[in-house]
Amino acid sequence: MADILTFNVLEHSLVPEHYLLTDEEADQVLSKLRITRDQLPKIRRTDPGIKVLENIYGPIDEGKLVKIVRKSETAEEFVVYRLVIRG
Amino acid sequence: MMKGVSKRIGSIKFSCVSPEEIRKMSATKVITADTYDDDGFPIDMGLMDPHLGVIEPGLRCKTCGHKVDECPGHFGHIDLAMPVIHVGFIKDIKRLLESTCRICGRILLTAEQIEAHRIASERMEELGGDTIDQKLLTKETSKDASSKPICPHCSAEQMKIKLDKPTTFREGDDGHKLTPKEVRERLERIPDEDLLPLGIDPQTCRPEWMVLTALAVPPVTVRPSITLDSGDRSEDDLTHKLVDVLRINQRLRENRDAGAPQLIVEDLWELLQYHVTTYFDNQTSGIPPARHRSGRPLKTLVQRLKGKEGRFRSNLSGKRVNFSARTVISPDPLLSINEVGVPITAARELTVPVHVNEHNIDFLRTLVARGPSPPEGEEHLVGVNYVIRSDGRRIRVTDRNAETVAEGLELDYTVERQLMDGDVVLFNRQPSLHRMSMMAHTVRIMPGKTFRFNLCVCPPYNADFDGDEMNLHVLQSDEARAEARILMAVQENILSPRYGGPIIGAIHDHVTGAYYLTHDNPKFDSMQALTILSKLEHKTLVDPIEIDGEKYWTGKQLFSLVLPPDFQAIFKSSICQNCDQCKKEDCEFDSYVKIKDGKLLCGTIDAKAIGNSKGKILDKIARDYGSERVRQFIDECTRLCLGAIMNRGFSTGIDDEDIPEEASLQIREFNKESVEKVDKLVESYREGTLEQMPGRSLRETLEVEAMKVLGKARDEAGRVAGKHLGMENSAVVMAKSGARGSMLNLSQMAGAVGQQAVRGERLSRGYWNRTLPHFKKGDLGAEAKGFVANSYKSGLNPTEFFFHSMGGREGLVDTAVRTSRSGYMQRRLISALEDLKLTADGTIRNTADTIVQFRYGEDGVDPARTVQGKAIDLDDVFAEVLGDDAELLLQLEEASIGEDYATLEKDEMEFIEEEEVSFEEPDFGGE
Repeated sequence: MADILTFNVLEHSLVPEHYLLTDEEADQVLSKLRITRDQLPKIRRTDPGIKVLENIYGPIDEGKLVKIVRKSETAEEFVVYRLVIRG
Repeated sequence: MMKGVSKRIGSIKFSCVSPEEIRKMSATKVITADTYDDDGFPIDMGLMDPHLGVIEPGLRCKTCGHKVDECPGHFGHIDLAMPVIHVGFIKDIKRLLESTCRICGRILLTAEQIEAHRIASERMEELGGDTIDQKLLTKETSKDASSKPICPHCSAEQMKIKLDKPTTFREGDDGHKLTPKEVRERLERIPDEDLLPLGIDPQTCRPEWMVLTALAVPPVTVRPSITLDSGDRSEDDLTHKLVDVLRINQRLRENRDAGAPQLIVEDLWELLQYHVTTYFDNQTSGIPPARHRSGRPLKTLVQRLKGKEGRFRSNLSGKRVNFSARTVISPDPLLSINEVGVPITAARELTVPVHVNEHNIDFLRTLVARGPSPPEGEEHLVGVNYVIRSDGRRIRVTDRNAETVAEGLELDYTVERQLMDGDVVLFNRQPSLHRMSMMAHTVRIMPGKTFRFNLCVCPPYNADFDGDEMNLHVLQSDEARAEARILMAVQENILSPRYGGPIIGAIHDHVTGAYYLTHDNPKFDSMQALTILSKLEHKTLVDPIEIDGEKYWTGKQLFSLVLPPDFQAIFKSSICQNCDQCKKEDCEFDSYVKIKDGKLLCGTIDAKAIGNSKGKILDKIARDYGSERVRQFIDECTRLCLGAIMNRGFSTGIDDEDIPEEASLQIREFNKESVEKVDKLVESYREGTLEQMPGRSLRETLEVEAMKVLGKARDEAGRVAGKHLGMENSAVVMAKSGARGSMLNLSQMAGAVGQQAVRGERLSRGYWNRTLPHFKKGDLGAEAKGFVANSYKSGLNPTEFFFHSMGGREGLVDTAVRTSRSGYMQRRLISALEDLKLTADGTIRNTADTIVQFRYGEDGVDPARTVQGKAIDLDDVFAEVLGDDAELLLQLEEASIGEDYATLEKDEMEFIEEEEVSFEEPDFGGE
């Protein structure tokens, strides 16, 4: 899969920053938000952003958390967490 | 009465019903297609069998022994002579046939693949996947299975299954038919263990149940027959369809039993399939809909549920209500913006329940004693229509029994008192596009037959008085009233959440009135001043100015009376000419508004100050002094402005568009020049000397140039006309102050209408190479392509008129297209967002409690409380802290509040209104 990636989408100016969270970080986020994994918004494993991360970190399993920092019209910068699911 | 225990529904599960269960729950088997005998009694084992429930009052159900309304009705059943496919499951059946072996019935997956599915499904459950995700997974698994050419279990070769819409399956390259019986046999062969990966729970459903062997017959209460005035019975569409099914079922059975040729049996079988299919869904594609004798298509099961008129949208999502009223609306500027005038006749019908307690029992006794229709006198007396006893019994109060009922009134009774002044009601106008379409008002009982309200509330409802009707709902509980008061009251909705600005404010005459009250600071003698002020509550007058021994009050003094005493503001008014160098206080047009300590020092009050969607003063008072103070300000302002305009008198007429002879000559001259200029352009185009613009063809260049020249012609005409129409002209005052109309409207009336366009281009279609037969073929000149040199006032010549109609038609078509599209878009958007809510931790969640947005609007700011969409108004903070020094810092080149949004939205709403009657949601493939 890695070889077919000719362009790193994360470098595009319109694509927000994606960060893979470690399990400890993920647990911290979840406890801070006082939620369980199933209450998070989702992102598919086939998402181009996840594919780029997989290029760096190796395969990303379902259940991992991704932190996405994107530019916001109202709040300048906004952080969202997404749960990686199959697909 | 609210009794019993309420519990939360944990989950709902839908499943298929087995033929055994259909037979088990059946009250009777239905075998005859006849409904009633000659004497009009229902036939036993017919479709109207008395075991199926009662529809005639007085009779008792033969199954449960209850009467109408008590008996819910009971299902019957029809034993089908041959199995028939259920159309509703056709896709699932196809999927099942494709992904299982045609010989052994096992799923076409290896044990590992089945296990992989199980794990994926469990993982999904754990990570919050919903039923839709599960369905997608199942679909994927099925697809994997169906792509296998050979069964991994019995090594049988698989054949391709084709679905011949709507209900016929074909197999293999020769495409031989699979009868429903064969289909059912195959489904029967699928073992329970293989069902889970295929998305079926074997504990509640077996796939062969999707091929019907017994048909449930709904109770008669579901398909009641109607007795017409003539005494004839008219049966429900479902009954008609069931008769068809029964009849063919009977024939099929007879033929089969008699050993009729295979061909005949198959034909009948297919006919039975058709009838059962249309019984479920009469709009199945691929087959003609079953029709009534009159040619009207029958309304069968699916049609009862689907679409706007279906059970879901019209009976479950929307319901008809009591305690509501609807009538024509009319204006009343003397009402407060949060009031609504309710006609006496309506107030006598609408009631509010009042619980009797020791504090109000005496008062309620006097009310009850008055009965339902107290005499109309000077004062409107509130009556009582019903008294509800503690045991829940309703007593209708009449003039006769009023006294006795009043005496018998006890604690814990409930009195349904008529509507009275001060009651809180909801007031609404369709289409309810935003939350301001339904607001809480307090009641004022008035004579007359219409609902009345303050004109400032027209914009949020998008109402006018050309025959509009509105609805009113009386709140029935204290919680509802409290909620409505706090959240829905008109004054709480002055600032629109769409843009951080006021949506309620002065319109039309109020603005003109404010202009005449304050522009160039007119003087009013005591008579005039007091006449104007007499409309207001008591105000302490400020000291008058004295000129030649006479006392005068200035307009600005009068306006200052309604401002909060410590109010500060600086801005430019609508009439501002946008000079290069602002002279501020010395503005010769009196358009620099400065308010200090609640005194209007200079400037004209107009739309920029108090108008809806722009009003700076409104905006600031609402923010700094609260909703109650703005309400008071708007109310007083309305009266003051109307006092001012009535003192002066105001009217506009066609002579407001009169311009001097030399001006019209000048316009005509300029138009002629422009036309000639276009002719010259055309000439150079023909000769090929026209210089081509980059990226455009020669022809396009010509069009652009011509448009430019002709656009200039209209502007010039407008400018010339505008020069002769000064501020003494009523129409100009309205346009400039922002009350109504624009200078463009005026220049089209007085100057020239200008070039007409369709799709942004000069008119070109109609005849071959020309717009009308009055012109030469290929004429590219101004007149031939839709230039209107006349003004609306001077009148259009026939060709111009035709061109103008062409341009106008485009607008109408756009409107029609936009309405249906935006209506459907709105519906989908609302459906997507309707169950989202803001939780205490600032996140937006849906009903499943999953997070949709980590922080409301990403910044957690309520747009209704923003200043033009920004959380903090720095200018305002500076002004407050620095006082006069802040003036230097103030950026008067302010972005106008929500003006663009407001007009845009209004246009959209107007389109929708115009189309209201014929409004139909386009069907883009169902829900």
